[in-house]
Amino acid sequence: MEMLANIPPSFLLFAGAIITVLLRGTARNIFLVALPALAFVHIAYLPSGNGLQVSFLPGFGDLEMLRVDKLSKAFGYIFTLNAAAALLFAFYVKKAVQHTAALVYIGSALGVVFAGDLITLYIYWELMAVSSTFVILARDTLKAKGAAFRYVMVHIFGGLLLLAGIVITVSGGGSIAFDSFDYSGANLGTWLILGGFLVNAAAPGVSAWLSDAYPEASVTGGVILSAYTTKTSVYVLLRAFHGWEPLIWIGCIMTVFGIIYALLENDMRRILAYSIINQVGFMVCAAGIGTDMAISGATAHAFCHIIYKSLLWMSAGAVLYRTGISRCTELGGLYKTMPLTLIFGTIGALAISAVPLTSGFTSKTIIIAATEYEHLLWPWIVLELASAGVFLHAGIKFPYFVFFNQDRGLRPKEAPSTMLWAMGILSFLCIYLGIRPQALYNILPYTVDYQAYTVSHVVTQMQLLMFSALVFFLFLPMLKRTPTISLDTDWIYRKGGQFFYSTCDYLLNGINALAHKTLIAGFTQSVIRFAQEGPTRLLAWILTPIWELSGTSKKQQAKLREDLRENAQNGVFPIGITACLSVVLLGILFFF
Amino acid sequence: MADPKKEFDWFDKPSSRKLLWWILWITCGLTVVAELFIHRHPHFGIDGFFSFYSVMGFVGCAAMILAAKGLGVFLKRNEDYYGDLEEETPPDDIDGNAS
Repeated sequence: MEMLANIPPSFLLFAGAIITVLLRGTARNIFLVALPALAFVHIAYLPSGNGLQVSFLPGFGDLEMLRVDKLSKAFGYIFTLNAAAALLFAFYVKKAVQHTAALVYIGSALGVVFAGDLITLYIYWELMAVSSTFVILARDTLKAKGAAFRYVMVHIFGGLLLLAGIVITVSGGGSIAFDSFDYSGANLGTWLILGGFLVNAAAPGVSAWLSDAYPEASVTGGVILSAYTTKTSVYVLLRAFHGWEPLIWIGCIMTVFGIIYALLENDMRRILAYSIINQVGFMVCAAGIGTDMAISGATAHAFCHIIYKSLLWMSAGAVLYRTGISRCTELGGLYKTMPLTLIFGTIGALAISAVPLTSGFTSKTIIIAATEYEHLLWPWIVLELASAGVFLHAGIKFPYFVFFNQDRGLRPKEAPSTMLWAMGILSFLCIYLGIRPQALYNILPYTVDYQAYTVSHVVTQMQLLMFSALVFFLFLPMLKRTPTISLDTDWIYRKGGQFFYSTCDYLLNGINALAHKTLIAGFTQSVIRFAQEGPTRLLAWILTPIWELSGTSKKQQAKLREDLRENAQNGVFPIGITACLSVVLLGILFFF
Repeated sequence: MADPKKEFDWFDKPSSRKLLWWILWITCGLTVVAELFIHRHPHFGIDGFFSFYSVMGFVGCAAMILAAKGLGVFLKRNEDYYGDLEEETPPDDIDGNAS
């Protein structure tokens, strides 16, 4: 038992990643579901405190590979729980590579959550970026490859910010311990660390990797990706940057940004990707508020969000799996043949919208209550508006355009049973945590004295949501989908990259061409021409007066000149001339 | 396709849609009426006005839709804007299962 308590949960998943390769068929799929469930139990039994210490370079102190407290445990629970559900959903996947990448990815996310020092954190952080890239690549399409390339580039950038921040912090006399940073003592090092974290949180300006890459992943890949990268980022912000005021505003911008783009979007999974940015915005805002209530609220929200967002990605994934289509302009009317997928997807949609009796209502509203308690008027208004907007874009738009709207003659089969089971379990959790939130409140880092179910709260929430729904259907003609994409900040590096390429092409190849023209084609050719024709011309120039004096006609002169040129080019002269010239040369040598 | 007569198509019928519209309007009305019977604890002052949340939901969502519509003029592009290669992946191969 003593030994087990020192094993970081990430190690279990890494070991599982290796075993997965060795197993075959259904045994592998069963193992894949059992492993995260086992890791869940393992986390439940981990004693609080610092477990595994590994000595590092002298002068740095020990690496803390297993820091266990309520905050890390809460994220550990939901990460493993969601992994079990997602891998049950993925029961149909036969290729091992995607599962191996997924387990390393989930394992490294757990590694970040239980890391007690910055160096361990950094290593897991990078491992997460690399393994998640392979999850995207597993779709094995050209689009996925392009998106994965851009994805890993952005994450390498974020990782470098983090590394630079850690180096500056540690070399400035700071310890490698990963604890909270003080806002009043902010310096370049801490700002860079924050920047690295915000790249993964999909903060404004650096969010495009998410909506670019996740929708290009496979059916299962999308479900798995939706949960970990952004939520580990939320975790590290809650841990280290709570109370940093700029985060309040960054979070607020994210909530609105996600809604606007989700409203513009046509691809159902890209709608859900933008919706992640919106939801993570609530959590980032809560980290900025930084009170006990806000931190607990963000933890609760992350917990519930992972469940209902996974559920939404699963229902969209099931549709994609059965139809091969993800554009709203080509989908519609699926309620007729995929009713269970519709029901489960709708439960996820209601939960994300924080409808009473669902988990969103008992978790997200804690964050909003935290803004009320701190009397933050503008953040409160933005978050309330964003809550209404969530219902608009994820709560109604997603199910409406996929399952209702216009019947396009699609008659796909209902999702496979393992997919339905996975969705069913998550749907149950969405409702269970909506009715009995106490089970969730008990595992939060700080005690929450919050009652979601007051009559006035239910009534005001229903007002907000029902009038949002009314707006949706009144404005439906304006929301008609178009087969388009929307420009996001990835324009900068996608078009910028092309621009950079063509500019370099023009400039460097231009210099190359100019050099060729003047040096190789110009100067060198002149030298060659001189070497070839110079002596002939010289001879002709010397001989012309002799021919003139000897009375050779112009015509004969031209012929002689032509002969001379030919002889010089071929390197042959009549023996007479050669001998004559030799005598001249000998004479010169003799006299001088 | 199975016998179309047996297919469940309740949501496609105009009468059903009309009914759903009525339900939507009535529910909205009920949430406003319900406020008459509750006692609220506003935190900021402005949230103390009667039916504040319904107005915020309505105006806020309308504003967001209009904003999205307006921004769409500048932001929307054709799907091949980035010159991505269009591939149609067969549904059963979406996770690379087909060899």
